[in-house]
Parts: sequence; structure tokens; C-alpha cells
Amino acid sequence: MNYELLTIILAAYVLVTGYLGWLGYRKTRSAADYLLAGRQVHPLLMSLAYGSTFISTSAIVGFGGAAALFGMGLLWLTFFNIFLGIFIAFLLFGRRTRRIGAALDAHTFPELLGRRFGSRFVQGFAGTTIACLMPLYAAAVMIGGARFLEVQLGLEYQLALFVFAVVVAAYVFFGGLKGVVYTDALQGTLMFVGMFILLVATYSKVGGLGSHQALTELASRVPPPLAEQGHRGWTAMPALFSPLWWQLVSTIILGVGIGVLAQPQLAVRFMTVKSGKELNRALIPGGIFILMMTGVAFTVGALTNLFFYQTQGKIALAMVMDPATGKPNIDKIIPTYVSMAMPEWFGYVFMLSLLAAAMSTLSGQFHAIGTSFGRDLYQQALAGGRHQERTVPIARLGIFAGFVLTIVLAYNLPAGIIAIATALFFGMCAAVFLPAYVSALFWKRATLPGIISGMVTGLLAWGLWVLFVHEKESAALGVCMAVFGKTSLAAGTKWAVVDPLIVALPLSAIVTVAVSLATRPIAENVLNRCFGGSPAGSPA
Amino acid sequence: MLGFGDFWVALAYILCLGSTLLCVVYGILHWNDDEEMAEPVHPPDEDLDFEEV
Repeated sequence: MNYELLTIILAAYVLVTGYLGWLGYRKTRSAADYLLAGRQVHPLLMSLAYGSTFISTSAIVGFGGAAALFGMGLLWLTFFNIFLGIFIAFLLFGRRTRRIGAALDAHTFPELLGRRFGSRFVQGFAGTTIACLMPLYAAAVMIGGARFLEVQLGLEYQLALFVFAVVVAAYVFFGGLKGVVYTDALQGTLMFVGMFILLVATYSKVGGLGSHQALTELASRVPPPLAEQGHRGWTAMPALFSPLWWQLVSTIILGVGIGVLAQPQLAVRFMTVKSGKELNRALIPGGIFILMMTGVAFTVGALTNLFFYQTQGKIALAMVMDPATGKPNIDKIIPTYVSMAMPEWFGYVFMLSLLAAAMSTLSGQFHAIGTSFGRDLYQQALAGGRHQERTVPIARLGIFAGFVLTIVLAYNLPAGIIAIATALFFGMCAAVFLPAYVSALFWKRATLPGIISGMVTGLLAWGLWVLFVHEKESAALGVCMAVFGKTSLAAGTKWAVVDPLIVALPLSAIVTVAVSLATRPIAENVLNRCFGGSPAGSPA
Repeated sequence: MLGFGDFWVALAYILCLGSTLLCVVYGILHWNDDEEMAEPVHPPDEDLDFEEV
């Protein structure tokens, strides 16, 4: 290992990141600066910030590893990421969010929901849900970064995890969103360069576009236990309705693909730009960026099977057997591939782009945790709108608490968990927030009782399904075993592999609509404040 | 198709490239469109037909 080169690269990166964070800190004067970067962010910066917050080590290391297991069927997720996560999100959701957010002077995603329906309870409930469950996703991102450091540098996993987390917490803590947006843009650029090189190098290593055919022919090497679960090779979807198909389609593709529309840390980015024009322009870098991130990660992830087979005579899963458990750890496939297939200098550059990816996502996540805690739960829901001056200090306290919880989770979650933990959080967001968010933006007939009952139903249905039915989590959490003496109430049936989202989202949507239609509509003058021409930035 | 083992994966591969192209083309064509500028012309509520639901 070339320690000098590595030290220089890392030191330069830490210095520049620190400088940008400090720049943000110096320019953070008001709560709006801290929460929304002053609503004046350039479209390129906004889309890079959105993209680099969205894409993390979880997407590249975790889902890249999942692509090595499931194959290129994961490209459906890339399609959803671009079409729903960028095109629809920016054009339909982004414009409305920006406009209604400005009309209501909303500073956070829960505040947008709360003010739209005139309820501090909605804001507090949404904020608490985010603050409590976001650490699950943050832990997945941290594990991704730490796994890479572990393989690339031969560092002890726990140490890498801790040092890394402290740096992220430090600059989010001081910088607010302005600091976050600046560093995100730097990190987005680094990620783009790293993934571009990875794409070109991988295709040239395994035989160009002809490698798709070679990978198709590798289907005979699928281990029998996987084939029994529906695996049909790395360039084909699993057999329809097989356990692997349900996992790939319901958890990974739909969970993350739909969940992206209701991500609090992403929706808040729409409120940082000045006008709708910026969102149109942001589509261009946004679409290209996501293709270059998840498209490349999933393609390369699947192709690692070919590389390992050509060079080692084994498929990717066989390369990452964990000696302790005797099971493969898919979170280590991408790090192992990069360290074996790429030159050392690229290992460092790629490590930096991964660190960047993790830092930008973590900073967005901790920012969301902090604002949920300080603004939504404390200042708006508990203090009834008083004590504005305490928002930022309490948000910082929230970041600290979220940080501690994230570290505890990251140390304790089992191996191969990144993609699952991420998909769980995205699915939860879709089940709890999506019907409320869509109603807030597009459906004037939605009422406060409808929104509250929909959100509560979504959370309950999702939580119960995770605890008692979806076997991957219910077995690990152990509550079902303690109460009913089995790992899942649906053990042995298809339902045990159906993701919580598939049940919780429709339920939450139906309840939202039904209760709204059964209750008195919101007064016209209240709606006009949200939808009709109140000047941007004026208080509600 | 494209060396892939089934139609659905090939379709996903093509859709990924197609949706990126859509983002780029739409962004260029609507570079200067601003919803705010359209607001005074159309009353703010006119574009919403959800009230009939």
C-alpha cells in the first residue's frame, strides 16, 4: 500500500471539505439559511446535491453487491431512479413542493405537510417518524463506507466506521444546509469521475459489450440453492413470483424506486431553488448523474461475476464467504472487485468518491434528523411555534442523538444488510408519507383527519408487517418468535417474502382517500393560501 | 437482445438510457420555462381539476 499517496489524497480531500463546510458555516446567518440554504441555490448545485444525497455507498456498494447476487434485473431500479426519482420528482413534485413550500414558508418536509393541513400534530408525527427511523438508512450508508475502507486499506472495520462518522457529524453540525450543498457539489463531481472510470475499466476488462453474452452463458454456474429460489442467471429476471423475484421486485425495485418520491432529505432540496426554471435545468445533470451512479454500479456489480469467473474460476458470491458465518457477505463484493481488478491509484480515487458519496448522503440524513427533531418535533409541535431561537441548537442536539443511534446500529446490524436496510427505510417513507405528500401537493379535497389516519395506518401496517410477517426482518428482530413462537406468522407462504410496502402503501392510500371523502373539506380560504399566489417567502 | 438472457432485462437497459435522454431533452427544451411567469396569466387554481374528485 502506498501510504504517502494515500495520505496526500485524503488530506487534500479533508481540507477542501473542511473549507467548504466552514464557508457554509460563515454564511449561515438565519434559520432559513441553516434549514434551506437561503432558497437561492444554483440548479447545477441543487441537482448535484440532490443526486449525491440520493446516491450513497448504499447504492454503490450495497446495491452494487445486490446486483452481483440478483444480476442486471436491478437495472429496473435505475430506470425508476431516473424516471420517477428525477423526471417525475423534479417536474411534478419538485415544482409544487417549491411553490407551496415558499407560499407556506415551510422549512422542512414535515413542516410542508403540517402547514398544508394546518396541523402541528402532522408535523410532529412526521418529524418523529423521520428522526427515529432515518438512523437505519444512515447506518446502511456508514456500513458501506466502512466495508470499503476495511477491504481497501486493511483497516479494522470498527475504527474506520467511527473516524468516518465523526468527520461527517462535525461538518453537518456546524454548516447547516449551506455547508451541505457546497460539499455535496464537490462530492457529486468526485463520484461522477470515479464511476465513469469504473465503467470504462470494467467493460474493457471483461470484453466490452460482448461481455453481456458471456455473462448470460455463465447462468449454468448459478449455485443450485439460488436456482431453486428462482435465479435464472445474471442477465435475466428471476422466475416470476419466485422468492427471489419477490425480493428483487417488491423490496429492492419498488421499495427504493417508489420510496424516493417521499424522501424528506430529498424533498427539502426542491425548496432550496429560486424558481421552477431551475428545476427544468436541474433535470439534465440530474438524469445523467443517476445513470452514471446506479446504472454503472448495477451493471458492474453483475459483471463482477464474469471477472471473478475468468480470473479466479469462481462467481462473486464465492469470493466473499465470511469465515465466521460460512455465508457470503454481498456488501464486500464491490470493494473486493475494486481492490483486485483495478490499479492501486484507482482504488484510492474510488475510495475517495465512495467516501464522498457516503458523506453527502449522511450529511443530508443527519440534517433531516436534526431539523425533524429541532424544528418539527420541538419548536413546532411541542413548543407551539414559540422559541424560534432554539431551533438550531436543538437541531444540533438531534443530530448528535441521531449520530449516536446510527453508530450503535452500524456496529450491531448483521453482514450483507446494506441494501435491505436502505430498502426498508425507503419503503417506510413511501407507506407513511407518499399518500400525504401527493395529497398535499395535488388533491385539495384531502382533509386533516384523512391525512392523519392515512399516515398512522401506513406506519402501523408497515411496522406490523416488518415485525410479524416479512421473514427477513421478523426473524432477525425476534419479536414474532417471542410472542408467537415462530419466525413469521406467514412462514412457508409467499406472504413471508412480500415486502411491507406492497401492503402498507395501498392501505395508507385507501384510508387517506376514504377518510378525507367522509370528512368536511378544508375551507377555500385556507387552500388559497397554499395554492394561490401568496408571494414567495411570506409567512403563512 | 444485446446479449441479455431475457427481454425484461434488455428493456430495463434501454429504458435507463431512454429516460436519461428524456431528462436531457426536456431540460434543454424547457430551459427558460418558469411556472411563476405563467401564474398571472392563468389564475392559480385553474390548473387544478382535482376539486371535482
